[in-house]
Amino acid sequence: MKFSENWLRSFVNPPLNSEELAHVLTMAGIEVDSIESVAAMFEKVVVAEVVSVEKHPAAERLSVCLVKTSATDNNLLQIVCGAPNVSVGVKVPCALVGANLPGFAIKQAKLRGLDSFGMLCSAKELGIGDAADGLLLLPHDAPVGEDFRSYYALDDRIFTLSLTPNRADCLGLWGIAREVAAITATHRKISAVDPVAKVINETMPVKVIAADACPLYCGRIIRDVDLSVPTPLWMLQRLERSGIRSINPIVDITNYVLLETGQPMHAFDLAKIDGGINVRYASSNEQLTVLNGNQIDLNTQMLIIADNSNPLALAGIMGGMESGVTLETVDIFLESAFFDPRVISGKSFQLGFNSDSAYRFERGVDFATTKCVLERATQLIGAICGGKAGPITEIKNELPQRIPVTVRIARVKRVLGIEIDQQTISEYFKRLGFDYTLKGGAFSVFPPSYRFDLAIEEDFIEEIARLYGYDRIPIHYPRADMVMLATAETKSDVIDIKKSMVARDYQEVVNYAFVDAEWELDLANNTTPIALKNPIASQMNVMRSTLIGGLISNLQFNLNRKQTRVRLFELGYCFIRDKDHDCRQIEKMAGLCYGDVLSEQWGATARTVDFFDVKADVEVLFGKNAVYFEKFDHPALHPGKSAQISIADKAIGWIGELHPNWQKKYDLPKNVMLFELELTGLLNKTVPIAKEISKFQAVRRDIAVIVDNDISVYSLLACLLAAKPPIVSEISLFDIYRGKGMENNKKSLAFRCLLQDTEKTLTDEEVDCAVTSLVDILSDKFGAVLRT
Amino acid sequence: MKNLEEIIAEATGLMGSTDDLNELENVKARYLGKNGVLTELLKGLGKVPAEQRPAMGSRINDAKSIVETTLRNRRLAIQKKGLDAKLAEEALDITLPGRGNGAGGLHPVTLTMQRIEALFHSIGFSVASGPEIETDFYNFTALNIPENHPARAMHDTFYVDNGNLLRTHTSPVQIHYMQNNKPPIKVIAPGRVYRCDSDITHTPMFHQVEGLWIDENANFSALKGILANFMANFFERDDLPVRFRPSFFPFTEPSAEMDIGCVMCDGKGCRVCSHTGWLEVLGCGMVHPNVLKHVAIDSEQYTGFAFGLGVERLSMLRYGVRDLRLFFENDLRFLKQFN
Repeated sequence: MKFSENWLRSFVNPPLNSEELAHVLTMAGIEVDSIESVAAMFEKVVVAEVVSVEKHPAAERLSVCLVKTSATDNNLLQIVCGAPNVSVGVKVPCALVGANLPGFAIKQAKLRGLDSFGMLCSAKELGIGDAADGLLLLPHDAPVGEDFRSYYALDDRIFTLSLTPNRADCLGLWGIAREVAAITATHRKISAVDPVAKVINETMPVKVIAADACPLYCGRIIRDVDLSVPTPLWMLQRLERSGIRSINPIVDITNYVLLETGQPMHAFDLAKIDGGINVRYASSNEQLTVLNGNQIDLNTQMLIIADNSNPLALAGIMGGMESGVTLETVDIFLESAFFDPRVISGKSFQLGFNSDSAYRFERGVDFATTKCVLERATQLIGAICGGKAGPITEIKNELPQRIPVTVRIARVKRVLGIEIDQQTISEYFKRLGFDYTLKGGAFSVFPPSYRFDLAIEEDFIEEIARLYGYDRIPIHYPRADMVMLATAETKSDVIDIKKSMVARDYQEVVNYAFVDAEWELDLANNTTPIALKNPIASQMNVMRSTLIGGLISNLQFNLNRKQTRVRLFELGYCFIRDKDHDCRQIEKMAGLCYGDVLSEQWGATARTVDFFDVKADVEVLFGKNAVYFEKFDHPALHPGKSAQISIADKAIGWIGELHPNWQKKYDLPKNVMLFELELTGLLNKTVPIAKEISKFQAVRRDIAVIVDNDISVYSLLACLLAAKPPIVSEISLFDIYRGKGMENNKKSLAFRCLLQDTEKTLTDEEVDCAVTSLVDILSDKFGAVLRT
Repeated sequence: MKNLEEIIAEATGLMGSTDDLNELENVKARYLGKNGVLTELLKGLGKVPAEQRPAMGSRINDAKSIVETTLRNRRLAIQKKGLDAKLAEEALDITLPGRGNGAGGLHPVTLTMQRIEALFHSIGFSVASGPEIETDFYNFTALNIPENHPARAMHDTFYVDNGNLLRTHTSPVQIHYMQNNKPPIKVIAPGRVYRCDSDITHTPMFHQVEGLWIDENANFSALKGILANFMANFFERDDLPVRFRPSFFPFTEPSAEMDIGCVMCDGKGCRVCSHTGWLEVLGCGMVHPNVLKHVAIDSEQYTGFAFGLGVERLSMLRYGVRDLRLFFENDLRFLKQFN
């Protein structure tokens, strides 16, 4: 909502300057977004009349004018002018010698040898418009000699409000003035609108068929209006300062009344109405072309104004092209109605365009002034366009009820935390124009017809707080019982998991959750991703089921910026379609490694990161929890370098190298290591229970065995750990050998075994016996041969 | 026979003239060995007249002890010199950088959320979370935003193909939490939210932290206290000016917008605060009775307040980030500044 400050001050004029006024409005919840001056500061510019124009003898494009700049002094000023639209008799702004225009000063000058005593101005030169192609032509009745600033009302500022949707009552000057009067406790001058005496008796037959949707409809015929007259300057200026373009005098007047009162109106060309007005829902085969040119296929949810044969207008939203007022119009039918907000709401969203009218009706328009506003518009039409007005047809049905709301003084204290006494509250209600009664510590308050946001006690408590001033409510630190928050040691915090990734040299990234459908297909073989109905871009149209698409795109982005070593992780929700309609939302963590294991440095040989580097990063995340890696196939991964990760027999993720096909497709020069885990698999941990440490020395024995190449180390170790004698406390692999001296399909594995007893020192016999039993297990189960 | 002083001088002279431990041992043998000069003198004591013998013996032993002391000191000195030389040779350029892996870092949004969580945790708020694909009920209806309400248009909602939507705010977590927990409730809910809007100051995904306190004594004055205290602590500025203005959210009544004095220009006016000296940082208010009704909490017994703040906004102000979009480009050169 934009408006002229002077216009507002014509209704209410508190003793505050512009900035102070803006501040009190903002602090009362009517946020003033900006204040702009209508024109930059300048002086010594007057209204002038051009009396004669002659060609400059020495310059093709210049004219030499004699100009009258004073109502009383008949001396004419000679001014050399370059504007193409200068002609005898025009009235224009003239900057006198000594004037300071925005950016330059006017001095007496010689132009191609002729004296010039001032400058005739364009709108741009005065800083009040963009038009620079000619002089700003003023109306013929502009008084010569009058200071141009005051004639053009330039000592004015434009207020722009950023209104919350509950305050539709401030979408008109009357309402804003009412609000200013309430918050500043100032008197508001709004003169009552006197009914216009009817001149003709003609009425329009009106049928309100959809009575619930249109509880109040007023209209009248006005014949013989003159659309050839110009809209008065003062009205044009107020419209322009509210950002409204002038169309024709009738439309300008209805727009002006909309701004002034907040009540949208519509004027129909009477000649285009067949028979009578019907307010009804449309049928689904009807169509209407509205004023912005959109052709609309109507449906049964849309309320229309129709005549006896066709739709004329979308009720409360926009008039029809066909029945609109044009310069040819002679007779009009003027409408002022109240449409139920629930009927208008959401329609402009469905239609894809908004209008000043819909914006107001969907938020709620004062239904007590519908008729008065019609009189106001008639008054203005009469004054500007003339015409003969008929009597008002008024059709009234069930208007919104105004049910009194109980407001308890004790509840005010309970909600706000401060005591506000009965007298103060009464005064606030009076200032806000609320009718109330008072009984035993509680008010019974009627919401006024212009407020659609006051329905419960809390709504009125907010009104009290607004007038009291939110800032005056003291800051209080609440007291509460000192009870500790439960903290489970068996659950890891997500931040701890992130920090362990950081400790392993991974950088956290955050990507959008909507991705390119192609990533989903390539990297997760997901042919039915959850799609957005209204994506912001076609490459962000499906919800991710995996995080790695984002990580790969981050890798590309950074490789393009000369990074050579990239280690990233992300933790976030993934979305997986479940059955037909449902969707599982799973928090996952994924990592990506590319380039060298270590950053380039003096003390270590460069080596490209491989499967086992990243496997170690993954393993530490699981702490003491047993985790299993099994070979498996994944659409994103190299089939020989990928593993499924399970914990407690449940698959919770995977690790592997990006498939060479995708490496090529996504234009990545080196191989990429990836992993992805479900967060829930990482969160559980056990509270450690300490065991006794042996006082006796451990004995180390190494065993090396030769087995078939395709036997996995994990299967050997799992078997050994399950069947080992109790004195064997630890078995781990420390070497693998393939190649020279080894048969082709064989490998040698070397295990380190620690043996220990908590009760005594082990004898050589006990140790030998235990080691032999381990070797026997391996030879029995895996055909292993002890290497000698 | 040379006199003892000459022998001592000779022996200590020889010891002093060598830096070699073997040479030193040779000198030792020459004077103190089995056939050494001083050993021989002691052996010869028997030939000395009995009355001179004790004095003589004592003099020789004194000489021997001087030579032994010198020898010991000399040996230590030579060893030390050798060790010093070895250590000098082994000296490193300790200014060289350390070897091995460095550390990565957390995203600035995570850092900011951590800070917010820690501050609220310190006054007893728990942390909750909720789904990002939400139903219309949780995102709107339960929050007192009926269908066709103009407030919905402000939300620029993304819809997904199963009829649900991407949550436009973290407020639905309030509803989930109140359905599953009884008052008193003190909880914050950080998370990602989505709006169909993308320009220089809007990204289609961003982060919010929702806060909710339901208790018998939660009131507007306490809401102001907690939030003013939070902002002062977040920015570590005890004198940070704050102000509260009436605003509108369907799920709170009364509703307020909270501004802080611009932390970039100390309220003098700059580009960041559009020359107003104030920054809008969060929306808040007393929980609307209709919201409590949806989760069967008696609004006569309990009152509550809620607030929602934008994480990126606070992060930008805290760390001086000028462009919102940097958070989601994931340029390592940007991210590593926060490590």
